Order: sequence, then structure tokens, then C-alpha cells
Amino acid sequence: MSKEIIASDEFVSSQNAEEQKDYQLRSTDAVCVNESHLHHKWYYNFKYMAVGLLFGVIFVKAEIISWFRIQEMFRLQSFHMYGVIGSAIAVGLVSVLLIKKFNIKTIHGETIEFHKKEFNRGQIFGGILFGLGWAITGACPGPLFAQIGTGATVIIVTLLSALAGTWIYGYFREKLPH
Amino acid sequence: MGILEMIKQPWPWYVAGPLIGLTVPALLILGNKSFGISSSLRHVCAICLPANIPFFKYDWKKEIWNLFFVAGIAIGGIVAITLLKNPHPMLIHPDLAIELAGFGINDFHGLVPAQLFNWGELMSVKGMIMMVVGGFLVGFGTRYAGGCTSGHAIMGISNLQWPSLVATCCFMAGGFLMANWILPFILSL
Repeated sequence: MSKEIIASDEFVSSQNAEEQKDYQLRSTDAVCVNESHLHHKWYYNFKYMAVGLLFGVIFVKAEIISWFRIQEMFRLQSFHMYGVIGSAIAVGLVSVLLIKKFNIKTIHGETIEFHKKEFNRGQIFGGILFGLGWAITGACPGPLFAQIGTGATVIIVTLLSALAGTWIYGYFREKLPH
Repeated sequence: MGILEMIKQPWPWYVAGPLIGLTVPALLILGNKSFGISSSLRHVCAICLPANIPFFKYDWKKEIWNLFFVAGIAIGGIVAITLLKNPHPMLIHPDLAIELAGFGINDFHGLVPAQLFNWGELMSVKGMIMMVVGGFLVGFGTRYAGGCTSGHAIMGISNLQWPSLVATCCFMAGGFLMANWILPFILSL
């Protein structure tokens, strides 16, 4: 009997180690890591689609996905994008503070987790490369999806190219300075 | 002016910005998800072509919510352009209009300039740089930096992560460099 318990403990710890390894890998070079310990049915994900939908509408209606607005931003010709990003950060900042201070739980009663971001030189090199691409395409990854939604079908090519860029990064990751 | 008429107008920054900021607590409270979009590209790689690359060998099923989220963004684009379309042409800064006119771009309808981004242009050198090279830089750069405007600038800074502030400054530096000094050369091709 006791042997059985030990065996099952070992099984659990090896399973945890496996999960830990997977978690660490997913955290590599990612800001958003999502480790919920709850296992829900797949259709629970539709709630995120609903948030995405509202988000996409805002993107279009506030012209955040407009190539022209991005050009104005980088030429200091308009305050619009600075106002959008600045006020989004302000609201995000206060929200995170409130969640931490009042220990607000998820709708499923889970404690909300925050993740530390370690510095590496990739944030500089990659950041500049992304900035170059942002000013050419007038889109960061989010707006690419919204632009396609608005009927600019050729942006599918830009999205596929972005996927290729992500894949090439993964392929050469070990050789790049971090 | 009716409410629908009002919604159809372009939304000012002080409406859109706070709403975008609210995405942060919305995703956290709905299911402990940290706001971020560029990771979706990584998950697609992990699903479609992991190719034994360690960076893509993880349990992507745990991150599938992110793909539902970006699919929602695309649907939001469809909704906004069909039901809530602004009937008026976009107003852009006169200096930008003059600069772009110098490169033969004078159609300011639509969010994406159709004169630059269209299937016909794809085969030209300029179109290739704008769509293919531009997209590549977005995908490569965001992953190298570990996030994009949403993950670093909004989620990261909201959570007081200084590396995210560094990354955001670098995004802006790259953007200024491109828009003011390199893009004029590309547009003249």
C-alpha cells in the first residue's frame, strides 16, 4: 500500500516537472504566459473571442489600424495615437494596481497571476526591428488581423510574412544575441 | 445626432484608449490571461510547423485562447466596417498629405492606402518591401523583443515591468527611423 502511494507521488511530481518545463518554454520570449490550473471545455474560449471582437471594433473606429494615423504618429503630426496608447496604459496600470490591492479573483475564483519580465538584449534589437516594420506596414500584430477583417485581403500576405518572421526567429534563436 | 450616428463617427482617443486599457483587466478577470497579441503568431507556428524547433515545442493547447482572441479581432474588423462604417473620408494632417502626394499617393479613403497595399503592387519591388519585408520585420521583431505594443507597451508597462518600457522605447525609435528617413526612399521606388 505505502509503496503504491510513493509510486503515485513520483508520478505526480514527474508530471509537475513536465508541466514546469513546458511552462518555462512557453514563457521564453513571451510577455503573455497563461497558466490557468483550471481545465475548461474548449468552448469557454469564446469569451475571449467576444473580448477580441470589441477590441477589433475599437481598433477600426478609432482608426488605430490606419496606416495614415501611424505615419502621423511617427512624424509627430498628431496626438491621437499617443493619447490612445497613453490612456490605455493609464487605465491598465490602475486596473492592475486594483487587482493586486484587493486581491481580485477571476470569475472562476482563481487568484490572478502576474509574470515578471526578465531583461535581455532582444528587447532592444527586436524592438527596433519591430519598430521599422510597424512604420512600413502601419500595423502591429493586432491591427493586421483587424485590417484583414475590414476587407484589405492583401494584408493576408503581410500576416503570412509575419508568421514566417516568427518561425525564422524560432529557428535561429540560439544563434541570436540575447 | 442619434446614438448610431455618433458611434459611426471616428472615436476620439479618450474613448478608445481607456476601452483598450480595460482589455487588460477583462482578460485577467475572465480567465487569468495576460493581454498580448504577437504570441498568437508563435502559437500558429507551434501548431502548423513546429519542425522540431525547441522554441515551438510546447503544449499550444494551453494558449489556444489567444487564437480565439485574434479571430475575434478580425471579426470585429468586419463588424466595424459593415455596420458602423464612417461615411466620410479620413482627415489627415496637411503636411502628410503633401508628402504622400509627392509619391503619387492621393487616395485617403480607407484605413489601408489602396495605392500601396493591393494584390497588383505585390509583384513590384516597392510592394514587396511594404508588404512582405514589412510583415517579416513585424513577426521577427516582436518575437525577438518578446512582445508587441499590446504585450509590452500596454500589459508590460501596466504591470511596471521596466524591460517592457525599454522595448516600447525601441519600438518608437525604430518607427521614427523608418517613417522619417527610410520610408521616403522606399516610397520613391
